[in-house]
Amino acid sequence: MEEIALMVNGGMVRVNADPDTPLLDVLRNHLGLVGSKFGCGLEQCGSCMVLVDGSPEKSCGKAVSTVAGKDILTIEGLGTPEQPHPLQTAFLDEQAGQCGYCLPGILVSAKALLDRNKTPSRAEIAAALDDNICRCGSHLRILRAVERAAAAMRAGAER
Amino acid sequence: MSAAKLPALLEQNPRLDQWVGFPAPGRVRVSTGRVEIGQGVLTAMLQIAADELDVSPERIDLETGDTELTPNEGYTAGSQSIQFGGVALRLALAEVRSLFLDHAAAESGRKRAELAVRDGAILSGGRPTGQDYWSLAPAIDLSRHATAGAPVKTDFAVVGRNARRVDLAAKVFGQAAFIHDMQVDGMVHARVVRQPQRSATIATVDEAAIRRAAKGEIDIVRDGNFLAILGADETVVEAAAAVAPGHVTWDGLEPLSPFQEEARWLLQRPTIDQSLGAPPTAPAPSAQRYEATYTRMHIAHASIGPSCGLAVYRDGKLQVWTHSQGVFPLRAALARTLELDAASIVVKHAQGPGCYGHNGADDAAADAAVIAMRRPGVPVRVRWRRDEEFGFEPVSPAMVVMVQASLDATGRPGDWTTEIWSGKHGNRPGGGGNLLAAEALPNPPPAPPAVEAVGPPGAGTRNGEPLYAFPAKRIVHHLVTETPVRTSSLRGLGATANVFAIESAIDELAERASADPVEYRLSILTDKRARAVIEKVARMAGWQPGLASGTGRGRGIGFARYKNMAAYAAIVAEVEVDESVRLTRVWCAADGGLIINPDGAINQLEGGIIQGASWALKEGVRLDSAGISSRDWETYPVLRFREVPEVTVELINQAPELPPLGVGEATGGPTVAAIGNAVAHALGARLRDLPLTRERVMAALLQG
Repeated sequence: MEEIALMVNGGMVRVNADPDTPLLDVLRNHLGLVGSKFGCGLEQCGSCMVLVDGSPEKSCGKAVSTVAGKDILTIEGLGTPEQPHPLQTAFLDEQAGQCGYCLPGILVSAKALLDRNKTPSRAEIAAALDDNICRCGSHLRILRAVERAAAAMRAGAER
Repeated sequence: MSAAKLPALLEQNPRLDQWVGFPAPGRVRVSTGRVEIGQGVLTAMLQIAADELDVSPERIDLETGDTELTPNEGYTAGSQSIQFGGVALRLALAEVRSLFLDHAAAESGRKRAELAVRDGAILSGGRPTGQDYWSLAPAIDLSRHATAGAPVKTDFAVVGRNARRVDLAAKVFGQAAFIHDMQVDGMVHARVVRQPQRSATIATVDEAAIRRAAKGEIDIVRDGNFLAILGADETVVEAAAAVAPGHVTWDGLEPLSPFQEEARWLLQRPTIDQSLGAPPTAPAPSAQRYEATYTRMHIAHASIGPSCGLAVYRDGKLQVWTHSQGVFPLRAALARTLELDAASIVVKHAQGPGCYGHNGADDAAADAAVIAMRRPGVPVRVRWRRDEEFGFEPVSPAMVVMVQASLDATGRPGDWTTEIWSGKHGNRPGGGGNLLAAEALPNPPPAPPAVEAVGPPGAGTRNGEPLYAFPAKRIVHHLVTETPVRTSSLRGLGATANVFAIESAIDELAERASADPVEYRLSILTDKRARAVIEKVARMAGWQPGLASGTGRGRGIGFARYKNMAAYAAIVAEVEVDESVRLTRVWCAADGGLIINPDGAINQLEGGIIQGASWALKEGVRLDSAGISSRDWETYPVLRFREVPEVTVELINQAPELPPLGVGEATGGPTVAAIGNAVAHALGARLRDLPLTRERVMAALLQG
């Protein structure tokens, strides 16, 4: 066990954990941030996706010690019902989901895309989300929602 | 008013107060035995209730899937929630609304015909009377039995609208929406060391070695062949569970043959045989015959999140949270497994990841319950590991479907047989068997009987009877009594393979008759709603007869009415095939009668199309000598974002006077069939074995 300082959703937190603890376990069990999901523990499905210094990373296989001091963003840091991120608004407007278990990981993957590409094509969105599995078949709504969010963010930037 | 015949769900849950109550001013309690499994059913039930009671949806508190609180509606399965559960709820609420109006009229002396309800308030001639549901409620006894005697509404304010899903926002904002996210004071995390096979018995367990390997404190529960590791720190428990199998040895292992993963293995097995439909006829010697055999491998539910259960045993009472599709049947199964009175067990539904049928949810709940009984007072959460989910959930059985037809002079079937070989599809644990934990404990329950109703609606035989107007049709069902792996219900059950076989055969017969596949289908269909969805999807897709085959681009059509009693769906698929299949475009026309939430219905139909495409192109459970070997997303691939086609879905015939028809499973079979037909068109050669992988395309090209 050691004390590890983490920057999560813009705030500094300290946890006592084995340095090898998966980041996902720290988020869910130490910090109570249960938005990121366990899907496979094999870095194959993207349910646990978070942003580390802006890049989408699967948190299930990432030892917490490797992200100390880095800027970690989870779904809880994306937006709130009172102040939703345009992606969250767009996902609700498109009703983009069925069971919803994959959505937190998909939303943060989509955020990373829109942060670096304001005008992604449908193919670029699909490529950016290809590491995220959706088993219910909500893909088309999700793709439309990301397009809608991108348009809203462009419109917001112009104002 | 004469009492109508009660639907079965109202017979079983007859008291009106099982469905509705008025607990506090301005609030309405509505109870449904149906549970949210990602299909949007809670939102649809809320819409039904709001309209039938004339209250705004915001006033309604919905209770769902709870053995203490809600009606017993069995399982949320089979695309039956709206068609049966919603209809029962509607009738009960219509009756309650009518009772309140009767009472308001009697109390006030106003004419009953002039009274109406608006957002719970009683109006007379459009003006407030000062009465409302809540002021009248104390005087009205809702413990009375339903009669289904009140008319349901046909003018809707909320039904038929695209109401937003009530559960989606919590998921989009990363709130604790799932059973996996529940935190209970004092909760421990647990993992089960599974028997490698159902026949396996523990020879040795080196508990000391497991404890040494754990990086923290763990507790071990062992009873018979049930072995579990638990502790307060999930990371420690997970790591210990990962190494534990290396410290356990087993007796009674029975090696499998990898050939058992191929559906044709079923043809050599003992079966229980049943027939239904027309008696066999001897074909005229001159008649042309058609015969072809189609297969599908075992398919996994492959939920995105592993199964989870939470239980606590305290003061002689067991409380269980589960994402099972049936809290009442699970309670019965747990009562038997744990030798507890069912009255001492409460089972509550909590949302889980999409299950698409009987996956590991019930097993995980039983795991948690078995452990909780042995650690009284401690809440126990079991979350399966990924390899456990793939390796131990019951899978959809492999199937072989042979179609035989004798043709009349116009090339249309005069006599049709669908002959089906399959393991058991209906294998849920309600009877007490088929729970992994129960089988691992001493004195396991007897294996569930090897029987399966042939229908309709059927399980393995589901949609085995084509809806086409053939003079003589029959199903021959061979229930394979022993399967290499545990099998049970997956979305569509036997319909997927049966519709694939039937609709592939129809295309082959059309080709023999030199007819266009759409025209040929219309020439053998009398059901008007069936014809309408086929005509509609052909228009949507710009269907052109006579396009050349074997060009590498293809189009195919598939049609079914799910269970021959739920929604109608016709699909056109467009593919490009070189060495592998690329699905580029799908169109769907569906008729589900009265639609409660059009966007929700379309979401379900779309989801069925994409999941069906995944089944058709990618999915098959792999076996090795130890059992299921496809235990991750690389060995069990599913359709990914870059592989998803454009999909257009249209609903037709959304009439308020038509009963609602279940849509949740309507598109899977027709999608698989349409893709199969499109691939055959593109290749100029037919693939009869699912999935339509690169290897199978290459083999067909080589045979060319």
